[in-house]
Amino acid sequence: MNKKGLFGKLAAAPHILWAVLFIVGPLIFVLYYAFTDRSGAFTLKNLTSAFSAQYLSVFIRSVVYSLIATLLCLVIAYPVAYSIAQASPKTQKILIMLIMLPMWMNFLIRVYSLMSIIGNAGIINSMLKSMGLPELSMINTPGAVIFGMVYSYLPYMVLPIYTVMSKMDTRLIEAARDLGCNSGQVLSKVILPLSVSGIVSGVTMVFVPSISTFYISQKLGGGNFDLIGDTIERQFLLSNNYNFGAAISLELMILILFCMTFMNRFSDGNESGGMIV
Amino acid sequence: MKKTLASLLILAILLTSSVAFIGCKSDTETLNVYNWGVYISDGKYGSEYDTIAEFEKYYKATYGKTIKVNYTTYDSNEDMYAKIKSGASDYDVIFPSDYMAARMIEEGLVAKLDFNNIPNFANIGDDFKSLYYDEKNEYTVPYTYGVLGIIYNANVVSPEVVEEKGWSIFWDEAYANKILMINNPRDAFGLAMYDLGIDVNTTDPAEWKRALEHLKAGKPLIQAYVMDEIFNKMESGEAAISTYYAGDYFTMLENADSSVDLRFYQPPVTNVFADVMCVTSKSRNKELAEIFIDFMLQRDAAVANAETLYYGTPNELVKNDKDYIDYLGDDAKILYPDGFDFKSQINKYGYRNLDNDTLDLISSLWEEMKIDSDTGNSTIYIVCGVIAAVAAATAVIVIVRKKKKNKSYDD
Amino acid sequence: MKHLSRIYTLLIFIFLYAPIAVMILISFNSSASTYVFSGFSLQWYKMLFHDADSMAALRNTLILAVLSSVIATIIGTLAAIGLNSYRNKYLKSGIMLITNIPMMNPDIVTGVSMMLMFAFVGGLVGSRSSLGFGTLLIAHITFNIPYVILSVQPKIRQMDKHLSEAAMDLGCTPFQTFLKVELPSIMPGVLSGLITAFTLSLDDFVISYFTIGSSFETLPIHIYTMTKKTVRPDMFALSTIIFIAVFVLLVLSNILKVDDDEKKRRAIKKQLKKAEKTAKKAVQ
Repeated sequence: MNKKGLFGKLAAAPHILWAVLFIVGPLIFVLYYAFTDRSGAFTLKNLTSAFSAQYLSVFIRSVVYSLIATLLCLVIAYPVAYSIAQASPKTQKILIMLIMLPMWMNFLIRVYSLMSIIGNAGIINSMLKSMGLPELSMINTPGAVIFGMVYSYLPYMVLPIYTVMSKMDTRLIEAARDLGCNSGQVLSKVILPLSVSGIVSGVTMVFVPSISTFYISQKLGGGNFDLIGDTIERQFLLSNNYNFGAAISLELMILILFCMTFMNRFSDGNESGGMIV
Repeated sequence: MKKTLASLLILAILLTSSVAFIGCKSDTETLNVYNWGVYISDGKYGSEYDTIAEFEKYYKATYGKTIKVNYTTYDSNEDMYAKIKSGASDYDVIFPSDYMAARMIEEGLVAKLDFNNIPNFANIGDDFKSLYYDEKNEYTVPYTYGVLGIIYNANVVSPEVVEEKGWSIFWDEAYANKILMINNPRDAFGLAMYDLGIDVNTTDPAEWKRALEHLKAGKPLIQAYVMDEIFNKMESGEAAISTYYAGDYFTMLENADSSVDLRFYQPPVTNVFADVMCVTSKSRNKELAEIFIDFMLQRDAAVANAETLYYGTPNELVKNDKDYIDYLGDDAKILYPDGFDFKSQINKYGYRNLDNDTLDLISSLWEEMKIDSDTGNSTIYIVCGVIAAVAAATAVIVIVRKKKKNKSYDD
Repeated sequence: MKHLSRIYTLLIFIFLYAPIAVMILISFNSSASTYVFSGFSLQWYKMLFHDADSMAALRNTLILAVLSSVIATIIGTLAAIGLNSYRNKYLKSGIMLITNIPMMNPDIVTGVSMMLMFAFVGGLVGSRSSLGFGTLLIAHITFNIPYVILSVQPKIRQMDKHLSEAAMDLGCTPFQTFLKVELPSIMPGVLSGLITAFTLSLDDFVISYFTIGSSFETLPIHIYTMTKKTVRPDMFALSTIIFIAVFVLLVLSNILKVDDDEKKRRAIKKQLKKAEKTAKKAVQ
């Protein structure tokens, strides 16, 4: 086991080196800006003023929207991953590639296309109109922002859940069936617990990036439902205030950590494998 | 063992490649041009003229040397500024807007030009010389200019109403939910300030707050805060009133749905901008950069660019060029309205570079404006609260069950 | 039940592909609008043939995506394996915390802070330009690694520990164990990490924008910077070509694989029959 441990430690070494150089390095700049003012003097004002009511409500909105989007992704993706894992191996591969393929198209073009589907004069509404039904106003609402998040991040939920489900030990499922479980029980008592690690990865890969996203809210929310990512972007670019932008994003990191810790507690009680915390 | 060596080798390559980017040098002279996206005639849209290729040819023919132009693009003044300011890049020619040019001159990011290398500067109209951002004409050469106006769908709003109301049409309840506002604090505040008759470059916080109240008052009428989506929303008739630049109006007009009748109105008090060409102070090929700028002012290049960009041109040679006049046709009436005095407009109403305190104030007021409406929209929070409660409840149930299970296993 | 799940999966695919269908439609638009469809035309495709800039941008994007996803997958997979063998829980979660920072930050923070660091290092060395392909590659690898680790980790936890122990007992070195036992069993996770990394790298704009040098452009930057004016349908046409090319490749590879699989299956069936016969004989 000693030898094994040594190999393990060496295996992680390139990554640790990489992380120190290219993650911790830039992070030092973020920290420097967060704790200084424009003239470079030490200050805590950036961090405290991010706690004012206006920024707090944007924080809350970002968390709430991305939580809803993550839950929706999970609910939508789980059956998809399951039914893909049930297919024959060769179909599995092609289905997974097909799930990913839309994401290879440029994001801006996809958002434009989404806009022309749900827009007020868009495809859905013109279809409703031609059928004589009342038109819906879908774009420029919180629902549209969440819709955009679900669309953009759904594949990142399907993939890890699928990888866990493929090559799952089918003998366990058979055993459960033999012992008299109905399919609902098989799902809740065997498949679900076995796929928890995939779910946790998927949730992380959807929740964390969607909380800091900024383009979707501007385009699909009509600029009315800005998220914290939008605020940070504006601080960096429009008012050229790196200090305040860095402070907000530092607080965002802490907030995400807090959320993830909570999530890990209940999803992975026995073994805190390698989540954020 | 071989494979261990191989992986170590990969690691080594990685590490060296991370260092190798420092100090790359090439033999042929290169010029790094950094411009807005789709902001030059590249032979694709509008004109057949490929400016960059023509410049390389021109340089070879005139100076007998082969050069390579690296042409890359940015999408906002602020993006470009952030990159130049960091000092990490080596761009030679940049195209900032007026206020950004002022800031970059102030911070020493652009170099004084040697106008001996830019004889075609004589083509520039007097109206575009000695403007506030470069009073002595030392750093900048104007490239193009534009005027902000009201773009509206005449099937929804009559031209008389727009002309009578001017900017205040953005606060007219008759057009609720048909109005688009620019999603950029400076432009949105500017609009409110023109309507209230406030100087857009004031540093008085009280005036900015007054503009904020005005924006908040109009907020319920706004359909969306938009940037480039404005094209889609106006072309399809989704929105009826918006504000954008004269040249872009023609793009919308060309692509508009047959049910939409787009018109352009230029209020007497409005923003005008000039985009200028500068050479960065870090440039190693300053002379080459100046020759490039000079080339941009020559007849062929300037006409092609004016036709592609479809904004106003400060180049007198182009303005009087027969091809260009034919190309514009009636559009000239909107691009070059009678009695328009660029110099006094930009000096009076153009956005200038503001001090950092004012910029911070604007951004914090803008955040306030953006969040304001949302407090009224409480249903979403109730829905979210319910969902969160359900999620929390299931979480608790899962934990409890798990604990029970673990216990039973332990037994 | 089976039909129901098939219909559901089909619905999800329709949801995922609806915007792609719109994109393909718009690419044939006869006007320059990306919203109002005014008639069928091939003009945007014709335009692409002369568009060397977009093609160069596409080539750069592909090179970058392939390189960064492969390197990130190697580093990330090794890291996931290594971290799994760490006994110290705090050290482990500390490393994961740092790893995930690029994922937690808005892209602009990652992009700007990396740019500042490269500028700082470049300043120390005294170089004129510290940004280039190398820095862009580093940035992409950095934001790809957490996704790779997250993809591989569930598979590692699923892995049968006894297998690798058995391999070691049978005299395999740790590295051989990794190659022959562990890697095959986590392969699906590694592949999905690779796909995820490739996808993310292909579509990144903000981080690339701040870490790219002055000599070339990637396709996302080429497209995003058009928003000063408006994005034209030629970019939709380019995306359509990419989409169809990948789609055809996928279908082709699947058909080839089906043939391959058939052969294998037949061979196995033959063997099974033989075995059956011999078994029957033995029983008799």
